[in-house]
Amino acid sequence: MKSLLQLYLQQFKTTFATMFQYRASLVIWMIGQVLEPLVYLIVWSTVSNGNGGSIGTYTTGAFAAYFIILMLVNQFTYTWVMFDYEYRIREGYLSFALLKPVHPIHSDIADNIMSKTITLPILTVIAIGLAFAFHARLNVTPWLAVLFIPGLLLAFALRFLLEWTLAQCAFWTTRVSAINQIYFFLLLFLSGQIAPLSLLPRAVQIAAKVLPFYWTIGFPTELLLGKITVTGALIGLGVQIIWVAIAVFLVRVVWRLGVKAYAAVGQ
Amino acid sequence: MAGRNPGKPDSLSPPAKLRAAGPVVKIQGLSKTYTVNEQEAGAKATIRAIFHRQKTEVPAVDDITFSMMPGEIVGFLGPNGAGKTTTLKMLSGLLYPTRGNATVMGHVPWKREKTFLRQITLVMGQRNQLVWDIAPIHSFELNRVIYRIPLEDYRRILKELTELLELGPLLVKPVRNLSLGERMKCEIAAALLHRPQVVFLDEPTIGLDVTMQRRIRSFIAEYNKRFGATVLMTSHYMADVAALCRRVVVIHHGHLLFDGELALLLQKFTSHKTISIQLGECQADLNAYGEVLSCEDGRYTLRVPKAETARITERLLADLPVVDLLVEDPPIEEVIDRAFTEWNP
Repeated sequence: MKSLLQLYLQQFKTTFATMFQYRASLVIWMIGQVLEPLVYLIVWSTVSNGNGGSIGTYTTGAFAAYFIILMLVNQFTYTWVMFDYEYRIREGYLSFALLKPVHPIHSDIADNIMSKTITLPILTVIAIGLAFAFHARLNVTPWLAVLFIPGLLLAFALRFLLEWTLAQCAFWTTRVSAINQIYFFLLLFLSGQIAPLSLLPRAVQIAAKVLPFYWTIGFPTELLLGKITVTGALIGLGVQIIWVAIAVFLVRVVWRLGVKAYAAVGQ
Repeated sequence: MAGRNPGKPDSLSPPAKLRAAGPVVKIQGLSKTYTVNEQEAGAKATIRAIFHRQKTEVPAVDDITFSMMPGEIVGFLGPNGAGKTTTLKMLSGLLYPTRGNATVMGHVPWKREKTFLRQITLVMGQRNQLVWDIAPIHSFELNRVIYRIPLEDYRRILKELTELLELGPLLVKPVRNLSLGERMKCEIAAALLHRPQVVFLDEPTIGLDVTMQRRIRSFIAEYNKRFGATVLMTSHYMADVAALCRRVVVIHHGHLLFDGELALLLQKFTSHKTISIQLGECQADLNAYGEVLSCEDGRYTLRVPKAETARITERLLADLPVVDLLVEDPPIEEVIDRAFTEWNP
């Protein structure tokens, strides 16, 4: 345990050093992270204003709050491992990772924690600025605010584990970008990134909640927004825990099979 | 050694003690066959391939058997595609074999047990493990915690490696700004920080200039001497092999062709020698003595059958006003190349 902790601390330093090698691209990347929800925010605010100030249960101010919180939740749960994996296999980095006596998932976890520690404070400041500019309104209660924390952490764990599992498709196919595209399209639609789920057709809502997508972004966002009751939040946390357990199982199985396939074929 | 002095192992010298422990690397009938999709040219073939993929079995390594004693440096030779890298990957646990067995320090490599991984390393000259955007020292530190190297040991080892490989200023430069040779030195250092007992080197000097090759070569020799590490290395540079390896294992088309002393290999495949003689000028016709390869300022170079060398030398000295005479083996590259050609099935 102690050595794992040391590994995490060292990976933090490595990530920190790497990120500061590319300050300019880091800034550009963060602008991108802000722009996407901002576009949806402006579109929905305009539609809402044209509709007499609200759509469904969302007022214009609630839309602003929704997309600003969503921006932060998305940033917190975002991973790039699916884009990275094919490169790692092709360039031989994965071989070196397999030669080491630790599971490579640890360095990805540490890498994610560190990069988020750097980017989140900046994005939070931006989010506060946007909240004032767009008159964001949220109905958060102390209980929901407390439950938001495990909700957010579980959302990150779930998204990270699922994407790590999917990233391993690179062990079997060289056409990973097609898989990535399908996944990110579904995520965009079913996690609530395009619009709050409650505004989408019922069938889509069911699909989003039966599948893991909603629990990775939409759920913690709506939780902090006060769109969910405390009971609903507790049930949601339960669903997240079940999904995380499934995802842990998937990561392990797919990793074992993936390494076997890799070791059979070689690169 | 063990048989000679079974009762008193403590009285053995360190290398003998190492050897008494038996082979470090044992390979028995190791084979690897790859399944590859065949791609034919033409639109028709492409469309057909969508529905039915033509698969072929390509044997990369076929039934090879050899072992290595502790502290040995063995040169692993063969032309491109002979199966060298595949073998090294199997021995370091990156590939499952199709058939056969292997143990490295008593472990089955492809089980990838942590105790095994802590004792070995694989350096691939054309791949890199260092984090590209930052200085090597960060990757070294990461390896320190991954291999759980105690801080004091790490500092000492790093100091030693820095001195031996002259890493000093390179440690703090981003990897992407290092030259190929500088990067290779750092790669090797990163791979050896945990003091592996078994070292697999796949073309460690590829693409490097002569000076850098020599430095890496002497470093490998020094590492082997200092820590008694067992080294299996491939190289296209015969100078590497000649300087480091007394023993070589040669494979070709996946088959093991030769396992023994380099000198024996050379002897076996050296069918000719070259004789240089210094005469006054380049006027004489010496084709009666052997094939004349060149003549410059009266210095003739003749190629003669190995068995005839003594007789021809004698005749040359008797018949001609020879000022100077030199008998040489052909360059080692030529011999190895010849070996591969002759073995070609």
